[in-house]
Amino acid sequence: MHNDTLQRNYLYQRIVFLILKVVTIFVVGVLFFVLFYIFSKGIGTVLRGSFWIEIPKDGLSGGGILPAIVGTTLLTLLSILLSSAVGIPAGIFMAEYAPKKSILKVLVDIMTNNLAGIPSIVFGLFGMSLFVIQLNFGDSILAGSLTLAIMVLPVIIRTTEQAVKAVPDELRLASIGMGATKFQTIWRIILPVSFPRIITGIILSIGRVAGETAPILFTVAALYLPQLPRSIFDQVMALPYHLYVLCVSSPDPQKSLPQAFGTALVLLLMVLVLNLIATYIRNQYKRKYKLK
Amino acid sequence: MFKLEAIDVNVYYGDKHAIKNVSMAIPRNSVVALIGPSGCGKSTFLRLFNRMNDLIEGIRIEGKVLLDGIDIYSKDIDPVEVRKRVGMVFQKPTPFPKSIFENVAYGLRINNVKNERYIKEQVEKALHQAALWEEVHKDLKKSALALSGGQQQRLCIARALAVEPSVLLMDEPTSALDPISTAKIEQLIGQLKNNYTIVIVTHNMHQAGRVSDKTGFFNMGVLVEYENTKKIFTHPSHRETENYITGRFG
Ligand SMILES: Nc1ncnc2c1ncn2[C@@H]1O[C@H](COP(=O)(O)OP(=O)(O)O)[C@@H](O)[C@H]1O
Ligand SMILES: [Mg+2]
Repeated sequence: MHNDTLQRNYLYQRIVFLILKVVTIFVVGVLFFVLFYIFSKGIGTVLRGSFWIEIPKDGLSGGGILPAIVGTTLLTLLSILLSSAVGIPAGIFMAEYAPKKSILKVLVDIMTNNLAGIPSIVFGLFGMSLFVIQLNFGDSILAGSLTLAIMVLPVIIRTTEQAVKAVPDELRLASIGMGATKFQTIWRIILPVSFPRIITGIILSIGRVAGETAPILFTVAALYLPQLPRSIFDQVMALPYHLYVLCVSSPDPQKSLPQAFGTALVLLLMVLVLNLIATYIRNQYKRKYKLK
Repeated sequence: MFKLEAIDVNVYYGDKHAIKNVSMAIPRNSVVALIGPSGCGKSTFLRLFNRMNDLIEGIRIEGKVLLDGIDIYSKDIDPVEVRKRVGMVFQKPTPFPKSIFENVAYGLRINNVKNERYIKEQVEKALHQAALWEEVHKDLKKSALALSGGQQQRLCIARALAVEPSVLLMDEPTSALDPISTAKIEQLIGQLKNNYTIVIVTHNMHQAGRVSDKTGFFNMGVLVEYENTKKIFTHPSHRETENYITGRFG
């Protein structure tokens, strides 16, 4: 090869590399700008201690957002609990038990592949007609959590299935070779090994569940409810919906704007904290057993 | 009575006839080496003795395999029970992502043993038997994945021994290890012979010569020759065996 072809190729590579770098920096920059913008606009409101512990006041332009914080926390925890309780066993079943060509497996495959792409408002409509009306739960934490749980169920099933499938066969064989039953092998070897990856699915779902408005709109979210729930059959306020209300249907949206940015920041912080906790658990676990 | 006995065994993977009419009797407290070119059916034959072949889709097994005179393929036998009596060590070390202690205790835990003192005794005994105690007794709570390859393989041997099986199957247990670890495990096999019946697959002729009492030479699914190790290495009866042992093929 000639010297100048070498140089030309080298130059070409450099240019491509530079373009990729610029694009990456741009994307990261935009993300950081959004975060920074919300942070700077919301921090004043959030630092006001009463914002965390009071109910909304003065036509939504003052006071705090405690009911919405409590509401979103409850909805997130309950829906993650529900979808994990169903989705993790289902994912294990799909990976370990379901025969490759069984109708059930094909159906669940179709479901997990397609349900994840359905707009969340559709889940909201479904949740309203099934849980709120048919099952007569009314607008309630229960109905909202079930709706959210169904929305993230495919994610939990899929990530669990993949986590279980990623466990090396050697470990299965070693356990079976010791005289363990299949169930013992799953319970004592496969689950602990795939646990960090299963947590990853849960982390993804936390962000989704905490931030969605549409699924809770007709199933649980209250426009304004200046008290904390007493049971899972109560309605609650929720951060994403409250944010929406502050922006479009508050008596004076302009005056409520600082409250809106404060709410957005709290939502961001909450998802961040929940993610950090889950990531911490995952990493501790990996470190303890030197898993990859 | 023999400890293990295969009688007219045939194994098919779909259409592939992998084990062809093999019979072999293995005396109690002896070490039997299985040798032969790769793909000749050594692993398939070994897995017959603890019914690990059962897990393979599309496999068909004919014939009888006796453990202490009982056919382990008869309908009323639970393969899980067979595997509790016949331990297995694989080619690659397969420690579980648990502590060293819990790895060795695994067999007891799945057998629902609740007596912690007994578990502790068994773990310690097994680690001694596997010549690993000195190296790990201070680190029993550490992850087994932090051990070296050679240590991991001895841990797997300890894990198998902790439930006191009477047979130990080993499928090329040293082929992934360095020479020093290999020597340790060969030494170990010599000691374990007093209490166990051992069947070991190896592609290392010298290893077969060093550790075993009897050697079976397989070729293309056929047990060509099965004899005292000394005899097979000095006066093999078959040309094929001689060619393989002297390195002219395989
Ligand atoms: N799971 C399997 N499915 C189909 N064929 C197999 C399987 N395992 C082994 N075989 C075939 O059976 C023959 C014997 O294999 P194996 O017992 O692993 O031989 P060895 O251990 O002596 O190398 C080989 O031809 C191999 O290709
Ligand atoms: Mg093999």
